[in-house]
Amino acid sequence: MRVTQGTFSFLPDLTDEQIKAQIEYCLQKGWAVSVEYTDDPHPRNTYWEMYGMPMFDLKDAAGIMREVDACRKTFPNCYVKVNAFDATRGVESLRLSFIVARPPEEPGFTLVREEGRGRQIRYTTRAYATDRPAGQRY
Amino acid sequence: MKQIATRTKPTNAAQRYKAGVLKYADMGYWDGSYEPQPTDLLALFRITPQDGVDPVEAAAAVAGESSTATWTVVWTDRLTACERYRAKAYKVEPVPGSPGQYFAYIAYDLDLFEPGSIANLSASIIGNVFGFKPLKALRLEDMRFPAAYVKTFQGPPTGIVVERERLDKFGRPLLGATVKPKLGLSGKNYGRVVYEALQGGLDFTKDDENINSQPFMHWRDRFLYCMEAVNRAQAATGEVKGHYLNVTAATMEDMYERAEFAKELGSVIVMIDLVIGYTAIQSMSRWARRNDLLLHLHRAGHGTYTRQKTHGVSFRVIAKWMRLAGVDHLHAGTVVGKLEGDPNTVQGYYNVLRETHNDVDLARGIFFEQDWAGLSGVMPVASGGIHAGQMHQLLTYLGEDCVLQFGGGTIGHPMGIAAGATANRVALEAMVLARNEGRDIWNEGPDILANAARHCTPLQAALDTWRDVTFNYASTDTPDFVPTPAVA
Repeated sequence: MRVTQGTFSFLPDLTDEQIKAQIEYCLQKGWAVSVEYTDDPHPRNTYWEMYGMPMFDLKDAAGIMREVDACRKTFPNCYVKVNAFDATRGVESLRLSFIVARPPEEPGFTLVREEGRGRQIRYTTRAYATDRPAGQRY
Repeated sequence: MKQIATRTKPTNAAQRYKAGVLKYADMGYWDGSYEPQPTDLLALFRITPQDGVDPVEAAAAVAGESSTATWTVVWTDRLTACERYRAKAYKVEPVPGSPGQYFAYIAYDLDLFEPGSIANLSASIIGNVFGFKPLKALRLEDMRFPAAYVKTFQGPPTGIVVERERLDKFGRPLLGATVKPKLGLSGKNYGRVVYEALQGGLDFTKDDENINSQPFMHWRDRFLYCMEAVNRAQAATGEVKGHYLNVTAATMEDMYERAEFAKELGSVIVMIDLVIGYTAIQSMSRWARRNDLLLHLHRAGHGTYTRQKTHGVSFRVIAKWMRLAGVDHLHAGTVVGKLEGDPNTVQGYYNVLRETHNDVDLARGIFFEQDWAGLSGVMPVASGGIHAGQMHQLLTYLGEDCVLQFGGGTIGHPMGIAAGATANRVALEAMVLARNEGRDIWNEGPDILANAARHCTPLQAALDTWRDVTFNYASTDTPDFVPTPAVA
């Protein structure tokens, strides 16, 4: 399966040139770009690991691409995403967030059903990968 | 304007309060020199006086009948701070290009209104006055609320920013679809549509406004099957998914029961219809805030009073009221789809729902500056007769903080529902990518879509099926300040 979180997951994997163009768009808008990675792609895993802090002061797309690349190389079996943070009043949140690297194999998730009373079911989504400890998942 | 003979303009209090009938303008409901105060509520009405009725007197009558006046002088006014409580018409202008119609600006003192109550506000502003005989027609075009009044409302239970954070979806419009046929499916078949659409790539599916609890599908059955579908789709994609479970019912007790069940089942969102009424909407808003659910509002019924330019209430006013009342989603038009809406007017609704501050923007029908005083934004929903081939137009007109609902455009896809969903999602992502790269999507849109379709057969099929479908009719509701552009 293919985890379809992020803004561009339904498109073919973005090339470095395409990633750089999106970073340039974010910089033009005055947003701070950051890189995050994880080996726990549960849809409600809000806190991926930060690959350094948001690059508030780095305004150069090529420099940010080097950070993206370093993260991808350091964690070749993880999901990596690029985020853009907008500190404007009324937003103060992400404006763009897209996956730029994924593990070679994506086993996906199982849906665990716990039958309850009155035909009710409690659902749990569990990534197959997270059955194993962190670092050995993909 | 009154059929009864009126006295001449009084020059002192004794004359003013002598029993009998005075012109509204002479009773103090017209003051051409009045400077609206920052704490005043302002309203703009489009008035069409009966033949022979002076527009200033008509405006004063609207101010009077929507505040303290009755048809005759009453001495009990003198027991109150009546000068302050009288609404004041302070400007009357002919509507450009519409003989016999006038824009009347009226200011209301803040103390005339109960804090935090749309029912109270609307009972004054659109109460008796709309049946007033000396007017042929009356329309409430726009309102301005002082920050002190805005702050008495909770506003959206969640808001655009937090909705996106909860759903973990950024940088693009959200995608939805209304399950079709809207009536008649059993719960099991209904859930099938939800599952296919969500796992194919949509973020949300939706009950229609009139899906409540009918013989072919009772509400609990619908909720159970829909949540099976939502959870299956979530596991299949790794994304947060939702289905707007419509909890609209005959009584508040029923609605609370349905909403509680939706919450128990883990739904991220519930839905209500505008026809439940302002008070019920505010109650459900509080419930949604307390229970951490998104609240979707379908504007069922609004067309009966928003569509005709001369009489009723503009949808921009309804949009403002609903932002105050507190909903997270509100249907606000598509520009290019099957339902009413000229581009500028619809953009005006979107701006009213989403921005932290609105400047006067006459071209978009925004007559007043409005500071939303920190109230969260409402996500506008575009729904009705739109398809993947219009993605460049939709993104240009509506921007990215909105939900695009492709009902027929998903479920009617020749390769099936999931393929229809995929087509829409690919078209959307390709268009956002291209826009961010600096491409001119308005002109290059069809090429961008054709290119994206090369790696996505469902998108090619969607483009082939709906290529020539447009709904290009003249709009009935336009701001009347600038020529109205054609849609495409």
